[in-house]
Amino acid sequence: MKRRSFVGASFAVGSMGALGSLVGCASTGSIPSKAKVVVVGGGYGGATAAKYVRMLSDYQIDVVLVEPNSSFISCPISNLVLGGSKTMGDITRPYGNLNGKHGVTLVKDRVSSIDAAKKTVTLAGGASIAYDKLILSPGIDLMWSSIEGLQAAQASGQILQAWKAGPETLALRKQLEAMPDGGVYALTIPLAPYRCPPGPYERASQVASYFKQAKPKSKVLILDANPDVTSKGPLFKKFWADNYKGMLEYQGGHKAVAVDAKTNTVKFEVQNDVKADVLNVLPDMSAGSVAVKSGLANANARWCHVNYLTFESTAAKDVHVIGDATMSAPLMPKSGHMANSHGKVVAAAVVAQLSGLEVNPNPMLNNTCYSFVNDKLVIHVASVHQYVAAEKTFKAVAGSGGVSLGPTELEGVYAMNWAQNIWADTLG
Amino acid sequence: MQLRNLLAALMLTGLVTSPVLAQDAAALNIRSLAATCAACHGTDGRPVGGSTLAPLAGMPQEAMLAQFKAFKDGSRPATVMHQLAKGYSDQQVEALATYFSNIKR
Repeated sequence: MKRRSFVGASFAVGSMGALGSLVGCASTGSIPSKAKVVVVGGGYGGATAAKYVRMLSDYQIDVVLVEPNSSFISCPISNLVLGGSKTMGDITRPYGNLNGKHGVTLVKDRVSSIDAAKKTVTLAGGASIAYDKLILSPGIDLMWSSIEGLQAAQASGQILQAWKAGPETLALRKQLEAMPDGGVYALTIPLAPYRCPPGPYERASQVASYFKQAKPKSKVLILDANPDVTSKGPLFKKFWADNYKGMLEYQGGHKAVAVDAKTNTVKFEVQNDVKADVLNVLPDMSAGSVAVKSGLANANARWCHVNYLTFESTAAKDVHVIGDATMSAPLMPKSGHMANSHGKVVAAAVVAQLSGLEVNPNPMLNNTCYSFVNDKLVIHVASVHQYVAAEKTFKAVAGSGGVSLGPTELEGVYAMNWAQNIWADTLG
Repeated sequence: MQLRNLLAALMLTGLVTSPVLAQDAAALNIRSLAATCAACHGTDGRPVGGSTLAPLAGMPQEAMLAQFKAFKDGSRPATVMHQLAKGYSDQQVEALATYFSNIKR
């Protein structure tokens, strides 16, 4: 092989070993004061972008990734922890390979502010890092104020969201385990757009699957602000009718507006209150707070408009926003797979711009979202998106994409293979 | 354009080297296109051990062209790939086939 990776300054950090290292707040001295590329957020979008800037630049562009969590916890597959067929360990992966294999400098901290004019980010720990290019992948924030009383009920651990996979995923599973047979689990869904369109329906299916095995007198109630199931609707509804009849009930057009923690009740804009043993309330969602408070969420103060060719913010030069935080193009879901796909397009664009090359005029994205309707059977939705220069946006390629004919165990195998491969592709 | 893609793919594998640039825009674009396969098939077409999803690295060019054609015309049954294959143009499929055939398994 003549094409060699040029070992840059940041690769010296990478030589610390396969386990890598997270530069902590305590050792402020070792946080770099500048980097060609700073990536904020180590989810599916940011981790992929960090790795692919390194790879696509043949390891010549130095990258710092700022991420507060010690390890990556996947939202995809996390509903299976609620269903009981997977554990937190199954959906948790280390960040070390990004450093050890790819020479990304990992900084374990949170970005508190962005100065797009000076091209610096300031960390909660106090340090600041100057950048030539900033890639922001902040994910979503939950808009607590959209549902009265929810923030306090969530903080006390009573009414959980578990929409960002993590400690709440396990806490919600424990609530389900503690619930007596004959109890009711109610899930409220906000109006689209929200993270992971089929996710709530998969979650309800997982809880029903668990109840069917362990608590057959119990009920799953889906209270959806949308008029109907927003993703894979006919497939979910057929499976529910065939397998969870009398156990799972779906009601559209239910917009939650308040919760009462004393009685574990959710109130709606129009309909009567609903009391449940386990309440799982999903509020409206917006781009992650660092994007909102930096003035980048210029679509209804919720999502970030970008130039899709490069994912550069329309509000700030040299700041690129990817993943769920972006104002989605038509038919583009807010999903982990799509964020991974964004990460590669932005990485190629940033590498081209920093190398004085023309940016790819024809970037492509694709997406496959698998949903487990019980512990083994899976359905999917898939799509391919091409950049259409005349309309300056991504559009689904005509004739491509689609959904499963029906749930199969084969897709269950592929879904877990997909998870293993996308985790490796995202994290090294 | 196709010759350019081929040249770029050859440069990537080190069979042809550019004396000036590590890569040109065409080479970067093909690597970016190929990366769209990686979420399912692994970075550079190398899936993790035990995966049933096809390794693309080192797949002979003709084999990939034939598979794409079979996915597109429905002669090869699939769960997802028949839907994804239809999203890529013949020119893109040729570039992908050249690229992956030159990646070490």
